[in-house]
Order: sequence, then structure tokens, then C-alpha cells
Amino acid sequence: MTPNALLQISLYLVVLLLLVKPLGAFMARVFQREKTFLDPVLGPMERMIYRVARIDAGREMDWKENAIAMLLFNGIGLLFVYVLQRAQQLLPLNPEGMGAVSPDSALNTAVSFATNTNWQGYGGETTMSYLTQMLALTVQNFVSAATGLALLALIIRGFARHSVRTLGNFWVDMTRSTLYVLLPLSIIFALILVSQGVPQNVSPYEKVPFLQSPRDTSGAEVKEQVIAMGPVASQIAIKQLGTNGGGFFNVNSAHPYENPTPFSNFLEELAILLIAAALCYTYGRMVGDTRQGWALLTAMTLILVGMLVVCVWAESGSNASLARLGVDQMAGPGQAGGNMEGKEVRFGIANSALWATVTTSASNGSVNAMHDSFTPLGGMIPLIAMHLGEVVFGGVGSGLYGMLVFVIVGVFVAGLLVGRTPEYLGHKVESFEMKMASLLILIMPLAVLAFTALAVVMPDGRAGIANPGAHGFSEILYTFTSQANNNGSAFAGVSANTPFYNITGALAMLIGRYWLAVPTLALAGSLARKKLVPPSDGTLPTHTPLFIFWLIAVILIVGALNFLPALALGPVVEYFMMIH
Amino acid sequence: MTAATAALKKPLGLTGEMYRRAFLDSLAKLNPRLMMRNPVMFVVEVGSVLTTALWIQALIGTGEAPAWYIGFVSLWLWFTVLFANFSEALAEGRGKAQAEGLRRARRETLAKRLKEPRHGAAFESVPSTELKKGDAFLVDAGDAIAADGEVIEGIASVDESAITGESAPVIRESGGDRSAVTGGTRVLSDWLVVRLTAEPGGGFLDRMIKLIEGARRQKTPNEIALNILLAAFTIIFLVVCVTLLPFSLFSVQVAGHGAPVTVTVLVALLVCLIPTTIGGLLAAIGIAGMDRMIRHNVIATSGRAVEAAGDVDVLLLDKTGTVTLGNRMATEFTPAPGVAKERLADAAQLASLADETPEGRSIAVLAKEQYGLRGREVREIAAHFVPFSAQTRMSGADIQADNPAFRRIIRKGASEAIRAFVEAEGGTFPPAVLQTVQDVSRAGGTPLVVAENSEVLGVIYLKDIVKGGIKERFAQLRLMGIRTVMITGDNQLTATAIAAEAGVDDFLAEAKPEDKLRLIREYQQGGRLVAMTGDGTNDAPALAQADVAVAMNTGTQSAREAANMIDLDSNPTKLMEIVEIGKQLLMTRGTLTTFSIANDVAKYFAIIPAAFATTYPALNALNIMKLASPESAILSAVIFNALIIVALIPIALRGVKYRPVSAVQLLRRHLLIYGFGGLVAPFLGIKLIDMLMAAFGWA
Repeated sequence: MTPNALLQISLYLVVLLLLVKPLGAFMARVFQREKTFLDPVLGPMERMIYRVARIDAGREMDWKENAIAMLLFNGIGLLFVYVLQRAQQLLPLNPEGMGAVSPDSALNTAVSFATNTNWQGYGGETTMSYLTQMLALTVQNFVSAATGLALLALIIRGFARHSVRTLGNFWVDMTRSTLYVLLPLSIIFALILVSQGVPQNVSPYEKVPFLQSPRDTSGAEVKEQVIAMGPVASQIAIKQLGTNGGGFFNVNSAHPYENPTPFSNFLEELAILLIAAALCYTYGRMVGDTRQGWALLTAMTLILVGMLVVCVWAESGSNASLARLGVDQMAGPGQAGGNMEGKEVRFGIANSALWATVTTSASNGSVNAMHDSFTPLGGMIPLIAMHLGEVVFGGVGSGLYGMLVFVIVGVFVAGLLVGRTPEYLGHKVESFEMKMASLLILIMPLAVLAFTALAVVMPDGRAGIANPGAHGFSEILYTFTSQANNNGSAFAGVSANTPFYNITGALAMLIGRYWLAVPTLALAGSLARKKLVPPSDGTLPTHTPLFIFWLIAVILIVGALNFLPALALGPVVEYFMMIH
Repeated sequence: MTAATAALKKPLGLTGEMYRRAFLDSLAKLNPRLMMRNPVMFVVEVGSVLTTALWIQALIGTGEAPAWYIGFVSLWLWFTVLFANFSEALAEGRGKAQAEGLRRARRETLAKRLKEPRHGAAFESVPSTELKKGDAFLVDAGDAIAADGEVIEGIASVDESAITGESAPVIRESGGDRSAVTGGTRVLSDWLVVRLTAEPGGGFLDRMIKLIEGARRQKTPNEIALNILLAAFTIIFLVVCVTLLPFSLFSVQVAGHGAPVTVTVLVALLVCLIPTTIGGLLAAIGIAGMDRMIRHNVIATSGRAVEAAGDVDVLLLDKTGTVTLGNRMATEFTPAPGVAKERLADAAQLASLADETPEGRSIAVLAKEQYGLRGREVREIAAHFVPFSAQTRMSGADIQADNPAFRRIIRKGASEAIRAFVEAEGGTFPPAVLQTVQDVSRAGGTPLVVAENSEVLGVIYLKDIVKGGIKERFAQLRLMGIRTVMITGDNQLTATAIAAEAGVDDFLAEAKPEDKLRLIREYQQGGRLVAMTGDGTNDAPALAQADVAVAMNTGTQSAREAANMIDLDSNPTKLMEIVEIGKQLLMTRGTLTTFSIANDVAKYFAIIPAAFATTYPALNALNIMKLASPESAILSAVIFNALIIVALIPIALRGVKYRPVSAVQLLRRHLLIYGFGGLVAPFLGIKLIDMLMAAFGWA
């Protein structure tokens, strides 16, 4: 790793960790319905929303009512996005005259944005009208992230409470997450992005004559190029903050209008992990022991740093196949060195590898470089980051509640190791909790492996592969890994806008989101009902370095056992074939 | 070393006969309907059947691989199932042997059923199985007691060695706390009239036999939770292995060479990955936990109780017999002003010569040891011994009571009683002695004042002797997060002093049985798990309330019914060992689970390169163990996987060694041994097996 890379990555981590406490404490106040400095402005708006929507903000609900509320709300949102895409040609704000989106692609996109996956089988600037981008996609960017936050708030209360049935009110948590957390942050962020040159308009696309006309594949001269426009900044802000990742343009944050400068790149990278990291502190506050939150943040950060080191090392190293041809791949004043294929020169290797690692750790899925062009090991890191179950930071809300499931499993085995019925934060971990935790750990690998297997045997699945050999396998594995984990980043390479991939992908995304959210709510509901077991000297503390180490080990071993064989047939064998 | 660890050092007590039976049982357990109760091992059995079918196919036609190879894999898969069954059968075997002994004791009994429930009424001899609840029967000297019951008349010495293993006879009598008798025990002297309290087949002995045989063994809550986790892993690995077939077919196609992975290899991989080590030994661990209780002469009425014992936060301990030795001992003489110590000692000894209570004897001993006063015979000095009575509340000796010149009336007793005595004799009670009396009380002792005629001679300090090593024991419990609470009928002052000396965390003085119940409820409301021991009928409500309730076998029937464990030795200190055994049970499960899962990493490194050797030769870089051939790699992994079950049977049966250290230290230690060890061990084991196979030319 070059000193330059080290400096950039260190700066990133330091700034991120410095923001954890202030934002985390603020979010804890929001979830606990305490006073915040935004109350004078947002308080009246909040009360108005409750009045209009007839929400009894004082009424708490148990886990089942909350789960139903969440599913209904998301279902309606999904339907809305679908209808809007299918009817966009009839609606205003469509200066480019985009036609109706195909049914399977519209379904995939609707599911994708409702589940906070933001997998994009389509190209934004050639498919979606401005109305669809703003009313369907950007709105879902907010509410799918707010759904994650609201679910987390409910689940944390389950971990914090004792001897009660209720977890809180989904509608209230949704409203407050959107109003107090996502909206203010997005407004500030969008304004900064505009200052960096990100467009925010509803103008038709610009046509600009070339200074020197290139020729197309048929040899004809191309006179002018089309430059896409649109309300970009407002969508990019929430896309990064809400771990959505669905770009306005097809190439996402590699596009100069989505991500023009190194500064915008730094902020967009920061926004990917910002809320997820701060939520750890929020968690500590809400369960009344900030050490618990710091412990989780430490575990996440250590895993992230480990993956970062490998990714940057792999990308800045030399390619053995090129080295045999005598190509100079060393970094120097004249060149970046390493593997620059598929990377933007303005970001370089360190920031491309950093982005790739954090975007897959955090279930964001936006990209500023093409993961398909990474070296085998460099490209394996985003895969692994997702295979760990999106619990290393993960999606806003969903990452932390996924992590809590691993904590439950870790506590269970550790409890047995010290000879006591396991307990976490004063709750006994018993068979119902293990049932839910097992279900949660089980579903993601099942979905990924089963859909990948289906795709490699079905002619429709094989048809989408661009590259031959083991790399083709990596591409399919990545496609379903990304969707089942609600990440949404694409390895690229697979032509995924086909009925087969749109429908299997939609299923994978639905399973990955709701099949995890509902059992986690049930788990939290069960914990809330339990009597408090006061800690004694025999209780295993869950904030010590030893427990953090154990938690990391559990996450890595579970991930490795699930995916080692599949990885061996993809990136691992690619790597060995490359170096031989 | 605690008694629990001492007991564990004992050999497992397995005989050749037990091994032979366990072997036969492990074959019988192959019945799929029995196997289905254990999902992990059921998957292995299905895999064994599948590979056997593939082997037959290879023998009679064209198989997917050479017949010898499939046959070998299949054989070792069958061994894996058998080894797991063997461990369970072996654990059950010891119980069965014990149960048979008990059953013999019960079978041959005839009962003398009385027409009327009184001694001397007419009776008829009937087999014990024909007795009904409420029947009264007579047991004469030499008879075996036919069934569980309550003594309604008579007193007798009873040999209970059949169930306790203790050869010294115990007294059973009507009324009070020693009225319960157990079927299968034998009256040695005198007679008893017993009323049957349990239906035939529902008695203590029957329950014990059932428990030991495991006929009513149900899975405990923690075992269920662990089973869920293991089932989840099994499902994941099933999908991992099943999807490998399409992955492999696809890879062969894109690589353009090689053969797809065989079903035999996939089954081998599956069996190696699913947690067979813990899955195979789980049943044995549970049975062995119950069995360890039995070897400590504790009968637990359910596995749940054994498990709960490991979670106990609070121990309620009766002072007498648990914290202190049963009896108080004289430790010091404090003379009144102007009285020589020797004179006090002499008088105290005279007053206690004929006092056969332990306290009395300890006074005589102290006088002899400290002042060389030899024990004298009461006859020799023409003394008349005055025993303790509730009216006078004194005891002592009268010497030459009729001779006014040499008349010595010596008394010892509580200070008020002695004050009344000396004042009646015309003397006064010196204030200095009163001060001494108060000092002794404050220090947790019992003061006995000695007087001769009208003169107060001084005070004997009777002290509760705290059991040796008990303070360290409590410190260990504290380290494990267990609070000790001493329960005593003593007054506040005395209790404070003893509690401080013994190092208990808390105490309850002047405790009545209902106080115990209240205290247990309070702790439970705070989320604590409480353990206690008890023997009397008035303990029964508290026993029923406690999470772990140990009744003394000498206790009443109602106490034994309210409890969920019965200590056949009637040793109140046993509670601590029970806690240790409970913890050991959970620890054994935890360590073997960790070991089992950690093992998988090495197995991947053995099997993955071997399985795809023909498609992707480059993957041989993952063969970091440098195993000789793909066949030997897979066989070595399967053989290791089977043998490790056998290797761990002793740990499953004995339990992981218990150490009284903090949770963090324990976790660190177990992670190092079973986590890290579990990662490394299979690398070494698989390599070794592979080298052996290569040496014999089988690779």
C-alpha cells in the first residue's frame, strides 16, 4: 500500500469515526422521542403528518402489528413504483419521451427500490422519466431507508426492554427517521454536491457538437453527443446516505455528473457508512450501555479494515499475466500502477478499492469503478463483504439488526462455553431466539446458492454471461449475492435486464429483505417479553476485546463455511490460474 | 480439588460387558425412526445408504467412481453413524446396569398388608405390586420395605444401602422429619407400620429406575436450542453441497475439461461439514450429565433440573451442617474476677462429665487439653449428674450434696438461668461476667456461664466452627457469579459474626421457614435463579418454589416430593457440586460445538481441491496439506471425521474439566483449546491419516 493510499484511507476512517458520536446521539434522541434542536422547525410538520394520516403517535404496537404495518407500507410503495414506471409515457416531466418500462424490468426495479437494494437492471438516463426518478425512485430511496431505521428502532427497543409486549410504533419511527434524520442530512448533502457541479434541473438533455468527430462502428461520422441532465443531486444525496445505491445514471458514481470531484467522492464515500456507523452509538445509548455499541462498531471496523487492506493490495499489485509480457506495473509519478482497468483516473486505485469495499460492506451498492474489472482477489472482496450477510455496517438499520443476530448466535455458543444459559443485555437466549437467529443466518446463503445454481443450469441464466470460464461464474454469483443481500451493486458483465434475471432477482431481493426483517422483529418481540436477568460475575460481558474477537470469528467462520466452495470455483480459481 | 473434580478423576467404571452391550445397542439404534430424532446423524445415515447404493451400482455395472473407493467412503460413513450411536449406548449402559440392580431389589418383595392400620392387627402376605395407595403394611426386622410410604407407627433402624450405597443404617420413626421410607430398603431391627403414599410403579425406586434408564428422558431447553442451531448448519451445508453439483457441471463446461464432482464426494463433503462431532455426542453428553449426578449420589428428577443447576445465581445454605460443623465447640474459658482459670476449668469439666452432647464433650476435651485435667469418672468422685431440662435450662453435677462442708453444686447454662440460680443460692451475678457474656454473643459464640453454689466462676465460650475450606469455596462461587446466602435461626448478632467468618455474601437471621419462601420469591422476582436444600416438611413450600431444590434423602416424603433433586447422602454441601455438574454439562456442549464447527475449515482445504482436481488443476494450490491424491484426501477427511467422534467420547462422558474462574477467563481458555485447537487438529489428523494411507500404498 502506497503512503498516498494509506493517507486517504486513514483520513476517511478518522473522519467517519469522529462523526459517529454526535450523529449517533442525535438519532438516539430522535428514536426516543426526546427534544432535538430541529423541533421548532420539524415539530409542527411531524404533528401535521400524524393528524393527516390519523396516526395515534402515543399508541405502541407489538411486533406483529409493526410487521404488518411495515409490510403494508412497503407493499403499497412497491405497487406505486411499478405503476408509475408502466405509465410514465402518459405522465408529465418526461422531456425525453421515455416509453413504458417492460413489465419484468418494472417489477424488478419496484422490488429493488422498495427493498433498499437498488439493483438496477436498467440504464437510468435511457429508461426513466424525471417524474419516475423523482416520485418513484427518490421517494423510495427515502422510505426504504426510513423503513430500515424504523425497524432498527423497534428492534433495539426489544433488546432494551423487559417484560413488555410492545416495541413502539412503526409509523412514528418511520416519520421521525425521515423528517429528522434523512431529510436534513440529504438537503445539506445535495447542496454540497451541487456546489461540486452535480446537476439539479428538469431540463431536456443537452446536445453538444464534438470538437473532433469520432466514428461509430459502422464507420459513420458522429457529429454531436447527448449529455444527460436531470434532478441528480437530490437523488445522489439520499442514494448515498440511505445505503440505496441506485444511481441516476447507468454508470452510477463513476459518472462525472454524479461524482465530479475528489471532494464529492470523499463525501459520497463517507455518506455510505455514516448513518450505519453512527447507529452503533445510537444502539448503545438506547440499551443504556454505550460500550455495547462501541463493541459492535469495533468489530465492524476491524473486519472492514481487513477487507480494505486485501482489496487495495490486490488492486495495486501487478497482474501476473501482464508481468510475463514485461509490462511495467509499478506505481510512479507517471502512472498509477496496478490494475486501472475499469477505474476512473480521477479516483485512482485507493479510492476505487475503498469505495468498492465500503459500498458492499454497507449494502449501498453504488459504484465509482467497475467491480467486474477488478483483479480476482480484489473483486472477491466485494463478494465476501456481501457474503458476510451485510452486517459489517450494512444497510441503514438492517445492517445493525443483522449484526445483532450474529451477536445472539455468538452469545449462545459463548454462554455454553462458560457453562451458563446464555444471556445478552439481561435477556436469556433460549430456543425461540435460536430458532429465529438460525432462520436469519440460513436464508441468505440459501437464496444466493439456490438462485446461482438455477442460473448456471438454465439456458436463460447462461445466456446472460459475458465472460467465459470461472469469471462467468463469479458474475452470476455476484448478481444473486448482491440482490439477496439487498446490496444492489453490480459486477457488471451479466446482461441482467432479461425476464429470467429480473424475476429471479426480484424474488431474491424480496427474500433478502422481508424474510429477514420479520423474524428479527419476532426475535426482538420475544426478547422484550423476557424478564430482566441482572448481570452477575458469572455473566459473560459482551463489550470486552475477547467478545469482539469472538464475534468477528463467528461472522467470518459462518460466512466462510457458507461460501468457500462457491468462491473456490469463482475468484479463487481465477486467481490461481492468473498467477500460474 | 473439589469433590466434583475428585469424582471425575475416578475411572469411568466401564466394563467389558458394557462395551459389548453398547456395541449391540449401537446397531439397534440404526433404525431410521430412532435416528430421525437426531437430524444431524440422520443425514449421515441417509448419506451412508446413498453411497452404499452407489457402491452396489459400481459393483454390478458402471459406477461413478471405482467400486473400492465408493465402498471405502460408504464404510466410513457407516462407522460415523455407529460411533455416534455407540457413544449414546455407552452413556446409557452405565445407567442400565444401575437400574437393573435397583429392579432386582424391588422384584422379590412380599408385603404384609394389614387389615387395620395399627401394629398387631391381622395381615396377609401379598406381592408388593398388589398394594394400593393408602394401604398400611407391617415391616418386621429383616423384611424389605415393599414400597414408598410414611411410617405411621413404630421406630426401626433401616438399611438404605440399596439406594444410597451407604452401609450405616438410619433410624426411621413415625411423625417428624424421619418418617419417610423408600421401597427396596430393609428394616434391620424392630418393626414399622407403613402407609403407602405412592401408587405401585410411581414410587421413588420406580422413578429412579426410569430416570436412570432414560426412558423418560426428554430434551432439555438448552439442548433444544442447540439442536436448532445444529439443524440450521446442517441445512446450510446440505444446500452448499447440493448446489455444488450444478456449479461443478457448469465449471466443467466452461473450463472445457475434467469430470463433474461425483455424488460420493458430495456426500463425503456433506458429512464432513455438518456438525457430526457434536451432533453424534449430544445425546451422550446429556445422559452422562444425569449420570454424573447419580455418581455423586444425587437423583435429579429431570434433565432440566440438572441444566438449571448450571445457571443458579443464588445459593441458600442452611448454616448448620453446611457453613458450620453441626455442633458448637468450647474454645475458651473466661473466669470471673478473682477466680483462677484452673478452678473454672475444673468446675466446667465436672459439670460436663456426664453430658454426652457434643457441646458437653467439647468442654471436657478443652479442659483436658488446656489445663491437663484428666477426665474423671462420675462414679469415682461420688457426683450426681443433673441433666439439662427445659425447666431449669441448666445442667451440671451435685457433689456430696448432703454434706454442707464439702457440698458442691455445679451448674452451667444460659446467663439468665445461672443468674436465677446464684441469686437463689444467695450470691450475686458479677457485672464483669455479664460483660463477657455480651462480648461472646457479639463474636458469634454462645456463652455458657458456670456457677458453683452461690459463686459465678466464669464463662465458657461455645463457638460455631466454620467448616474448613468453606471460605475459599464461597470465594470460588463468587468468582462464578454465584451469591451465597446463609440461613440461620440464630440471632442477628451471632449470625453477623458467623457470616463474616465464613465469607458468605448475605445472611438471613432468626429465619422461619416462611422467611425462606419469601426470600426465594424476592430473588426470583429480581430475575435470579435460586437453589436450596431442605429436609423438613416445613421446607416443602420453599423447595417447590426454588429453581433447584435438593431434598435430603433423610427428609420427609413431602420435602422429597417438592424437590427436583434428592441427595442420597443427605449432605447439604452437595449443592455446590450440583452447580458444578450443571455448568459442566453446558460447557461440554459448548466446547464440542465450537470444536466441531472449527474443524470444517481444514476439511474444506482437504476436499475442495480434491473434488475439482480434474476441472481446475490450479485449485491444487489450496491443497496446503499436500495430501497424496484426491481419493486419499477425501477418505482421510471422512476417516478423521469418524474417528474424532470416538476420540471425544471420553470428554463427552466425563465432561469438560470444571474450573472456578471468571466467565472471561473461562471463555478465553475454551476458545484457545477447542476453538483454535479445533482449527488446527484436523489439519494434523487428516495429514497423518493420509500419510498412513500413502505408506500402505492405498493413496
